[in-house]
Amino acid sequence: MRGDLVTTTEAGLWCEAGGFHIDPWRPVDRAVVTHAHADHTRPGSGRYLTAASGVELVRLRTHADAVVDGLEYGERLRIGGVEVSFHPAGHILGSAQIRIERAGEVWVVGGDYKTGSDPTCAAFEAVPCDVFISESTFGLPVFQWPDPEDVARDVRAWWEGNAASGRTSLLCAYALGKSQRLLAALNDAPGPIAVHGALDKLLGPYRDQGIELPPTRYASVDVAKEIRGHGLVIAPPSANGTPWMRKFGDVSTAFASGWMTLRGPRRRRGFDQGFTVSDHADWRGLLGAIEATGATRVLVTHGYVDPLVRYLSEERGLHAEPLASRFEGEGDGADEVKVPGSDAAAAAAAAVSGEVGGTAEDDPMEDAAADPIEDPAEGPA
Amino acid sequence: MRRFHGLYRELDATSRTSRKESALVAYFEAAPAADAAWAAHLLLGRRGRRTVNTRHLREWAAEESGLPLWLVEESYDAVGDLAETIALLVPGGGRGSGNGTEEAEVEGLGEFIEQRVFGLAGLEPEAQRTLVLGTWGALDAGERFLFHKLISGGFRVGVAGGLVARALAKVAGVDRATMMHRLAGRWEPTAEAWEALMSEDEGGDPLRPYPFFLAHAVPPEVEDLGAAADFQAEWKWDGIRAQAVRRGAEAVLWSRGGDLVNGGFPEIVGELGELPSGTVLDGELLAWDRDRPMGFHQLQRRIQRKSVGKKLREEVPVRLMAYDLLEEGGEDLRQLGTSERRRRLEALVRRASLPRIVVAEVVEASTWAALADARATARERGVEGLMLKRLDAPYRAGRPRGDWWKWKVDPFTLDVVLVYAQRGHGRRASLYTDYTLAVWSAGELVPVAKAYSGLTDKEIRRVDAFVRRHIIDRFGPVRVVEPELVFEIAFEGIQPSTRHKAGLSLRFPRIVRWREDKAASEADTLESVQALMGEPS
Repeated sequence: MRGDLVTTTEAGLWCEAGGFHIDPWRPVDRAVVTHAHADHTRPGSGRYLTAASGVELVRLRTHADAVVDGLEYGERLRIGGVEVSFHPAGHILGSAQIRIERAGEVWVVGGDYKTGSDPTCAAFEAVPCDVFISESTFGLPVFQWPDPEDVARDVRAWWEGNAASGRTSLLCAYALGKSQRLLAALNDAPGPIAVHGALDKLLGPYRDQGIELPPTRYASVDVAKEIRGHGLVIAPPSANGTPWMRKFGDVSTAFASGWMTLRGPRRRRGFDQGFTVSDHADWRGLLGAIEATGATRVLVTHGYVDPLVRYLSEERGLHAEPLASRFEGEGDGADEVKVPGSDAAAAAAAAVSGEVGGTAEDDPMEDAAADPIEDPAEGPA
Repeated sequence: MRRFHGLYRELDATSRTSRKESALVAYFEAAPAADAAWAAHLLLGRRGRRTVNTRHLREWAAEESGLPLWLVEESYDAVGDLAETIALLVPGGGRGSGNGTEEAEVEGLGEFIEQRVFGLAGLEPEAQRTLVLGTWGALDAGERFLFHKLISGGFRVGVAGGLVARALAKVAGVDRATMMHRLAGRWEPTAEAWEALMSEDEGGDPLRPYPFFLAHAVPPEVEDLGAAADFQAEWKWDGIRAQAVRRGAEAVLWSRGGDLVNGGFPEIVGELGELPSGTVLDGELLAWDRDRPMGFHQLQRRIQRKSVGKKLREEVPVRLMAYDLLEEGGEDLRQLGTSERRRRLEALVRRASLPRIVVAEVVEASTWAALADARATARERGVEGLMLKRLDAPYRAGRPRGDWWKWKVDPFTLDVVLVYAQRGHGRRASLYTDYTLAVWSAGELVPVAKAYSGLTDKEIRRVDAFVRRHIIDRFGPVRVVEPELVFEIAFEGIQPSTRHKAGLSLRFPRIVRWREDKAASEADTLESVQALMGEPS
């Protein structure tokens, strides 16, 4: 739409007045990014700007020599013809909503967000605006998150039950964000905790910022031997069913994800147990956040776009419309199907895969992202 | 109900047979007889009945949750299971809502079903609504899910009948075959039926069948089975497996699923009456035209009929192709060897000399090469291949490996294009797993099959990701996708159909592999499918 402060181009969300892209899916000169998950921060752009507490994670995602600048939450920066500021999105450490103002008109790009409590990141802040760009990963009323404290109690009970019957507890969760959140909920852990290599290196940035996590050890063969039968291991979901698991002896497996609220994904994933934990807003969270911005126009990205757009239009009287993006509330880029004879599909696949710069070998998060299921963006998989 | 829900959760959460079995045993040992009977009935997949119209259920859920009805439908579309969707949407709810007051235990399973499920039958919608809302209030979300399954008559649980039988056998202290036999036939889920299942004395349905002996597919190298001469070979008929029980003054036909199918086959039941009392035959119900089977689609017109008129009797003549004798003169023959049972079967059926109950032919061949030659003629004979039965084997219960083998003809195959996708159900709910597949006809894609299975979980996720990104139109739950993915499907036969745009339908289509090496333009054409139909199927 002409005159819109944020539009989409081949490369991603684009703010022409400011001359920058937001969470671009192709390399661009100037990327302003909401958070360090792979579908929002892709390597290869000229320079990055993100919230100060997220700089270190964005740097891990984009390689050490990338230019990454940080801006404190709430601090305003003039870029081109607009004023930009970051505001907590409550999604993971360093995650932000991006507020863009031009001549009194305010747009907010929500990125991924949640409204529930999370001790590992700053709480979601409603930012008054005219236009709000919202995700919709869990944009259906069947998604209602349980109280995190109840879930933490369930996790603990599961772990203790396993220990009582001599089983190691293997808790699978995305390496960035979810794992740290689960750890933080286990601060007075009833036993030893070991972590998979993919997430071991992602704990530093959290501890460096003073976020309290229980003591953990890298799950080496020796450590595995020591904690076998009673300890808790946290690992990315792709570790489930692999030979890596064998060193822990008899295990009970669990998966922590918003999708675990549904029976189909719970059964399909082949875990012994599912815990409903998500870093995305549930249905009420989305509606509450949208309402709190006071926006009269809402653009809906990745997830259950159509139902949320219709609901906001018909039931809330808002001007809501879908906004196509390549964010992956549900799918995952590495899973892109290559169709023989289809140039468009091949190009799309190339655009979202490694051809945009950087190689798998030197990406510190690569083994977390190697398996498509593994991508930090939640997928029902 | 609460205890049963606990069992359901345990069964649902694990894929390990040993854990399922111990959960079942623990439940059956502890549950009161009436509850245990109902649990066995449900777990064995016996038919429930729908007591509430699901449309009403959706409307009440919309009202209670304050959501527009379309959003309930959208949610159902995403979740793939109505019972679960409504359980999640209905707000709050008795226990688990955190108000601290532990409600009194709801009724036991038996009482719960008699009152809260069957109690709804035949009431006016308004009265049903009041009762359903009351039950919602007494249950947590997980229990509501079961409640919805029960009132919609669609309760199913991911546990094999054989496993339930094994657990029941353990609780009763008998072997599994004995328990399978006790479970066969008609029984109502009552405390008395439970006592009969658990006790020594016979009791039970006097017309109950024996547990069917089921075959495995032959190994890739059929020679691995040993000497061909050790087996009796028969044609593998493409009909309805049935046991004909003639006892006392009665004669009944049981399907493999445990249903009585007398209504569709009155001629056969009539002739069964001519056999001596105390006779049980195992065989195949077939639609039969002079000297060959008519094809399954004709037989389908008979299935689940309560009665059959003169016209259908003439258009679709039927016969029972008997291939085993399980009881003679009231004596259980199952421990005799195949050849001895066969000898007695031939003598008995020959004596009776009935037009529609005949003995299945033995395929005379004593080498694998000769059997392979015979198998190669299967399609033109209208059969599915060969059955191999070890000559000295008893008639076993269930599907034990080793004695009975099926050696089917190779299926037909086609390369087809994915055109529509729909979300799956159960384990695959919320993923696009139900595919409509098409072939080319005059530059257009014409659907020829729907298929679900055959892909790995990983492939299913990749196809799901493709579907989500390539939707070009939608009709209700159906998504039209860009025609780009090619699958190879296998199927057993082709039959003419007026219900399908292509004018034909495929029998048992399933995906055998994803042809990632092929572009949509390289898929098969309707002409090539029609050419296959010319071949005997």
